Amino acid sequence: MKIHEYQAKAILARFNVPVPRGEVAFTAEEAEAAARRIGTSVVIKAQIHAGGRGKGGGIKVAQTPEEAGEIARRMLGMRLVTHQTGPEGRLVQRLLVEETLPVERELYLGITLDRAQAKNVFMASSAGGVEIEEVARSSPELLLKEPIEPGLGLAPFQARKLAYGMGLAQEAARGAAAAMMALAQAYEAVDASLAEINPFVLTTEAKLYALDAKINLDDNALWRHKDLIELRDLNEEDPLEVEASEFNLNYIKLDGNVGCMVNGAGLAMATMDIIKYAGGNPANFLDVGGGASAEQIRNAFRILISDPHVKAVLINIFGGILRCDTLATGVVAAARELEIKIPIVVRMEGTNVERGREILRESGLNFTVADAMRDAAEKVVRLAQ
Amino acid sequence: MSILIDETTRVLVQGFTGKEASFHAEQSIAYGTQIVGGVVPGKGGQRHLDRPVFDTVHQAVRATGANASVIFVPPAFAADAIMEAADAGLEVVVCITEGIPTSDMVKVWHFLKGRRSRLIGPNCPGIISPGKCKIGIMPGHIHKPGHVGVVSRSGTLTYEAVWQLTLLGIGQSTCIGIGGDPIIGTNFIDAIELFNDDPDTHAIVLIGEIGGNAEEMAAAYVKQHVKKPVIGFVAGQTAPPGRRMGHAGAIISGGSGRASDKIAAMRAAGITVCETPAEIGERVKSRL
Repeated sequence: MKIHEYQAKAILARFNVPVPRGEVAFTAEEAEAAARRIGTSVVIKAQIHAGGRGKGGGIKVAQTPEEAGEIARRMLGMRLVTHQTGPEGRLVQRLLVEETLPVERELYLGITLDRAQAKNVFMASSAGGVEIEEVARSSPELLLKEPIEPGLGLAPFQARKLAYGMGLAQEAARGAAAAMMALAQAYEAVDASLAEINPFVLTTEAKLYALDAKINLDDNALWRHKDLIELRDLNEEDPLEVEASEFNLNYIKLDGNVGCMVNGAGLAMATMDIIKYAGGNPANFLDVGGGASAEQIRNAFRILISDPHVKAVLINIFGGILRCDTLATGVVAAARELEIKIPIVVRMEGTNVERGREILRESGLNFTVADAMRDAAEKVVRLAQ
Repeated sequence: MSILIDETTRVLVQGFTGKEASFHAEQSIAYGTQIVGGVVPGKGGQRHLDRPVFDTVHQAVRATGANASVIFVPPAFAADAIMEAADAGLEVVVCITEGIPTSDMVKVWHFLKGRRSRLIGPNCPGIISPGKCKIGIMPGHIHKPGHVGVVSRSGTLTYEAVWQLTLLGIGQSTCIGIGGDPIIGTNFIDAIELFNDDPDTHAIVLIGEIGGNAEEMAAAYVKQHVKKPVIGFVAGQTAPPGRRMGHAGAIISGGSGRASDKIAAMRAAGITVCETPAEIGERVKSRL
């Protein structure tokens, strides 16, 4: 799960990672009042779940509270387009109003999972303020890494190694090492899957701050962090995806016209791939999961066809946990109830497949039955044209 | 022959009395797997599916001589269940559970180091040696005994590949679903090494997907160590970056984990890479 910058900073502050003084604002009046309380010139930052906000006009400096109010008025309600949002952009509904700081150096701090080592890895770089992937490509020697030993956390010596490695002088290195250990503690405490402070700045007054912050949370661990679940911002997600998540369906909207309903993530991706290969474009990724009930299938179907771009649907099921008869029952019920007019191609194999096909046949509804995946993809692409 | 499990494997079901566990235990029994009992804390002494239920894996192993287990317990308790199975010395531990927190799996992974247990999964369909033993949730009837080893991060996509093989009359030695999570017990290289050493496995099918770089590492291993034909497929060529495609581990992030890079690495290692999932069977046939 993604969260906003201001939410990430609140988490970091709780663990004593130094962050600038700031407040979230939902209206221009709140932004102006926040700027007045902060008392210095402020930076107004659009809160959306995407990077590259500065270039898109989502980060502006205001010298006075009145100016802060004006900037906030223009920024709220705008659709902010960055290289991560797609051309439609994201609606700005929240702002972070923060004190400005006299920046001397921009550094990078981050933590992510190293799958092969089955450990989290702490990354630090003296080349902050740019995308770290770019640093890793162009000057890998500037990207320092330390593995975080499970149960130990980031050890003080590792933090010192990174701080001095970034070329910080003694006082700043002490502060940076403390901040790094605090960041590692925060990462573990909230079950994060990614944490980045970019830039982590050293000011002309030799103070350190997390000027920007990004934290992604492990969806699988949210059940033990009830307080963090509340940080989810449904406005940042596609409405259909939000609805699907309420039924425990893995649905991701794409921009094609062939709807697909598949069980299993791998087969769902492979189905998208073969639709493309057959000359079509998938409208979505939809994994109905292993243990889906007929009710869940019905909901999946409803969500799938509420995308107006969908011109035909491919149902591709290989029954393991999900039995083909359960699937067929759900599909028939949904097709009846929703009075589906668009063509449906069904391809299924696996547990109880004979009974499943029987249910489809006996329904009297107009399903195109396909034998193999390629056949199914070709049929559905033709029908979608 | 087969790898890891065969007709002598004696299997416990952890979380035995649950609905899914019961359904799949029955299917496994019908397939001929020796399901020798189950473990459900607090239900020891009962009988389920005409087999004994125990409170702990230790008790179950002592009473039944089990050497493998399959785990169907909910995500919050699954990490503990894996460690309990390893502590009891089971050789093969298959964890079907999806949704285990990554930080739990980090601890489990390091707990397992230096122990004799091999973990398969989590978030996987399990392992089957056709005609001998089925531990997991895959439909047994689509398999056929033979000489192709299959290893995959996916569940249903593996069934798809296996079914194509079976329809072409090509049997399988063992099929392993290694799981769709970022941290898993048995990885591609572990499985490929076992297949490579098994004289009865004549070819290997490797089914990957976006996210991480396990396919690239497997490709490097194949290039260096494997003489047998390897046929590969990578799912997610049309997946958008930054989105988690169902599996916790299936995400393209920061420019890494792309299907195109994996395919390129596999091709460079001499692996026959299928353009679409529909041609896996035919491609295997052409390399046998």
